[in-house]
Amino acid sequence: MSKRMKKGVLIGLALTMVAVLAACGSETEAKNGAKNDGGKKSVELLNVSYDPTRELYENYNKAFAAYWEQEKGQKVTIKQSHGGSGKQGRAVIDGLEADVVTLALGYDIDAIKESGLIAEDWQKKYELNSSPYTSTIVFLVRKGNPKGIQDWNDLIKDGVEVITPNPQTSGGARWNYLAAWGYALHQNNNDEAKAQEFVKELFQHVPVLDSGARGATTTFVERGLGDVLLAWENEAWLSVKELGPDKFDIVYPSESILAEPPVAVVDKNADKHGTREVAEAYLKYLYSEEGQTIAAENYYRPTLDSVKTKFADQFPEIKLFTIDEVFGGWDEAQPKHFNDGGIFSQIYTPN
Amino acid sequence: MQTSASKRGGLPGFGLTMGYSVLYLSLVVLIPLSALLLNSTGLTWEKFWDVATDPRVLASYKVSFLTAAAAGLIDTVLGLLLAWVLVRYDFPGKGLFDAMIDLPFALPTAVAGVSLTAIYSQNGWIGSLFEPLGIRLAFSPIGITLALMFIGIPFVVRTVQPVLQDLDAEVEEAAATLGASRFRTFRKVVLPELLPPLLTGFALAFSRGIGEYGSVVFISGNMPMKTEIAPLLIMSKLEQFDYAGATAVALLLLLISFILMLLINSLQRRVRKTAR
Repeated sequence: MSKRMKKGVLIGLALTMVAVLAACGSETEAKNGAKNDGGKKSVELLNVSYDPTRELYENYNKAFAAYWEQEKGQKVTIKQSHGGSGKQGRAVIDGLEADVVTLALGYDIDAIKESGLIAEDWQKKYELNSSPYTSTIVFLVRKGNPKGIQDWNDLIKDGVEVITPNPQTSGGARWNYLAAWGYALHQNNNDEAKAQEFVKELFQHVPVLDSGARGATTTFVERGLGDVLLAWENEAWLSVKELGPDKFDIVYPSESILAEPPVAVVDKNADKHGTREVAEAYLKYLYSEEGQTIAAENYYRPTLDSVKTKFADQFPEIKLFTIDEVFGGWDEAQPKHFNDGGIFSQIYTPN
Repeated sequence: MQTSASKRGGLPGFGLTMGYSVLYLSLVVLIPLSALLLNSTGLTWEKFWDVATDPRVLASYKVSFLTAAAAGLIDTVLGLLLAWVLVRYDFPGKGLFDAMIDLPFALPTAVAGVSLTAIYSQNGWIGSLFEPLGIRLAFSPIGITLALMFIGIPFVVRTVQPVLQDLDAEVEEAAATLGASRFRTFRKVVLPELLPPLLTGFALAFSRGIGEYGSVVFISGNMPMKTEIAPLLIMSKLEQFDYAGATAVALLLLLISFILMLLINSLQRRVRKTAR
């Protein structure tokens, strides 16, 4: 190697070191800056959530900020981040400094727990498995329900096309899959083989597997593909409201799954930022009369009785089973059904 | 080494520019790539082999490489045509037309994907014309190829255009006066000059196509074994928090792409040598 070349390489390496050090330096600076905010006149929270909660938390944040200022005389600014539930979970693991997470399924919060950022017993910290509001899986069909779809077994009739996102890439779609599985299980005296057959047949009626819930809604609504969209109840109501009640109907099956999108304080981050008190109050207030009303107005099922009765018309009573009852929780359901080599991927593996 | 360095070092500042190159390469290319390798440390050979030979992974590689190659080839032909028109003819609105070529670069890929799907799906403008013929454009490998063609076309046009501009029209005239037919002139005089940039354009469009995710997920339909691309499988593994599995798919993808790039580059060098 020539002298000049050596010199060049050395300069390059030196510059690389400087850049890396500079990056580290600015990071520690940012952390120190954040620390100083705690317990002062104003405080900032970052709520990392999933896609369809955008409107819900926009309204809720205003309500909570007003409540907190009245209660403690402290100004709280809440920043929101939205995206696919799993992706958001990974972002927090990889260093997105969320104070609280409000995700689509406990599995994603469990994954953050594994990284040590959240305490072991997070799901016990708040009532009802830390799920202040719930939802369920319903059918969105074209106006007048031309294919006469009333229940899960109508989905596997000849000529019916079903739209659902891929459960391997979409947290929401995992609820769709589990709802179908639970229904089939109950129809066949808990025969797992029969349930597997039903779900396999169901997915043979799926022409397109979008990667996320919003993509599947677009495929169904804008592209005109399929006869029925499996959707969260809140998403179905939003679609009907936004796209016109003259285009779609919502069909409630005889039974479905109770979708429990949970919430948790990211302990390590909240302690570092000194925001634990306000973060805990933020999640707790979701259970209050006001928080529950905002959830119901955004088509999430409230869990507080007084609000439940007020919105009874909006949420028809149907038989709902939980993931703990039927599947033994996410710890069992995820590897058995959705990981590679699990039952879902077997549907598509050629023998 | 000494002689070649001093020969090229006629320009001042070799130390600085070389230094910058090393800095750039390590910050932008080597460090992220070594992070990828580090991530795979949880990966044993067996696990790597299991992931790499999984039928679904193999099928996704096939989809990714075939559609990217098809799109690259079509882009090479269409891009040559576009560049030719832009260089050799004058027409009103040429400036506008020229600027539009770059749009696929500027457009967020997700927007491209959504709009392409809107056009090519069975109820879209173009898709609805093909639907009665039983040809499904969106949600099929054809759809993926269409999206990749859209993403890749500027690469070919922009690599061919400057070479075509520098090409002396007199050489072609000379060929014509010597009695060569137009086709022969093109084949024997023009094409050899254009082959290296065409190869570069193809390589760029092709490699961009292999990694493309944003636009393809909307139009492909993502059916396992049929229209599932390799980058989507990586996402799907990340969704299971299976970092090692995702890295395995990514590493293999990278390795195959790198070998293909090396092949194309060496082919290009050979072509350039024979052209001289």
